[in-house]
Amino acid sequence: MKVLLGLAGSDESIKTLRRTIERTSDVGDDLTVVVVDKPESKRSQEEMREQATKLLTEAGIETEVKTLEGDPGSALVNFSEQGEFDQLVIGGGTVSPMGKIRLGPIAEFVLLNAPTTVKLVR
Amino acid sequence: MERTREYSDEPSGPFPKPPGSFEDGDGRTIDLRAPGEVDDEVLENLVGMYDAFDPVDRAQGIPPTGEERIRNWLESIVDIGVNVIASHDGDAVGHATLVPDADDPADVDDPADIEWELAIFVLQDYQRAGIGTQLLEHLLGHASDVGIGRVWLTVERWNGPAIALYERVGFDQTGSESFEQEMTIRLE
Repeated sequence: MKVLLGLAGSDESIKTLRRTIERTSDVGDDLTVVVVDKPESKRSQEEMREQATKLLTEAGIETEVKTLEGDPGSALVNFSEQGEFDQLVIGGGTVSPMGKIRLGPIAEFVLLNAPTTVKLVR
Repeated sequence: MERTREYSDEPSGPFPKPPGSFEDGDGRTIDLRAPGEVDDEVLENLVGMYDAFDPVDRAQGIPPTGEERIRNWLESIVDIGVNVIASHDGDAVGHATLVPDADDPADVDDPADIEWELAIFVLQDYQRAGIGTQLLEHLLGHASDVGIGRVWLTVERWNGPAIALYERVGFDQTGSESFEQEMTIRLE
């Protein structure tokens, strides 16, 4: 399966990356990884790109990590439309102190606009 | 936390404080109290309530379903939180809680230093009888007593009745850029 993984720079993104690496190693998906431009993130776009490259290399997955400019949600959806992906993978939300699941604006935009199947990683 | 929330400069209150008792819209006597500590008896009473809770009214994944998951969830929030329980004939029928929004709640010296997340649940058979409003007001009264100043919550955006209830009590709608409506209140 041709899979596109969209990352920002949060801990949630790191978790999503690790889970996707496991899945890719198990089933041998064709994985493409992009990092969106979300300035308020914990990690900068370049830091996230380097960390993703490192984790992918360690797992023996050969793929170039690209960076996307512009509004994260629309950039991600645009990129997925260009590439004929079977699935777009993003983080599936954070959990509040109370235990409530929270979905951010990028996830909402992607869910409502992506023509591909979207996978939320929890 | 990942971002700061906006709070009104105008504090809300005063609110009634627990313990209290009132007759609900269906003529049932409802007791409201804030347990000093959540011992086994209180915890099991709450587990029973949430076990009877119809999952159709779950919000953003809580309460969880199944006794074990319910107990784990309650154990993770009630000890560090502030709680008010509504009971009818000794059985919990409603629960309002505030959970500290801090990485390490044990490190918080002053409750006013941090923000507190609010949630409230009322058993289906006891809804639409005024219990939610009483629970909410008594929780905020109790919170103010223990020195809590800033309270926030999220509610599903389509849940107009809940949003109206929170606004009546004094909450303001703040962030709305995600699926959930965020609301905040400053206590006096």
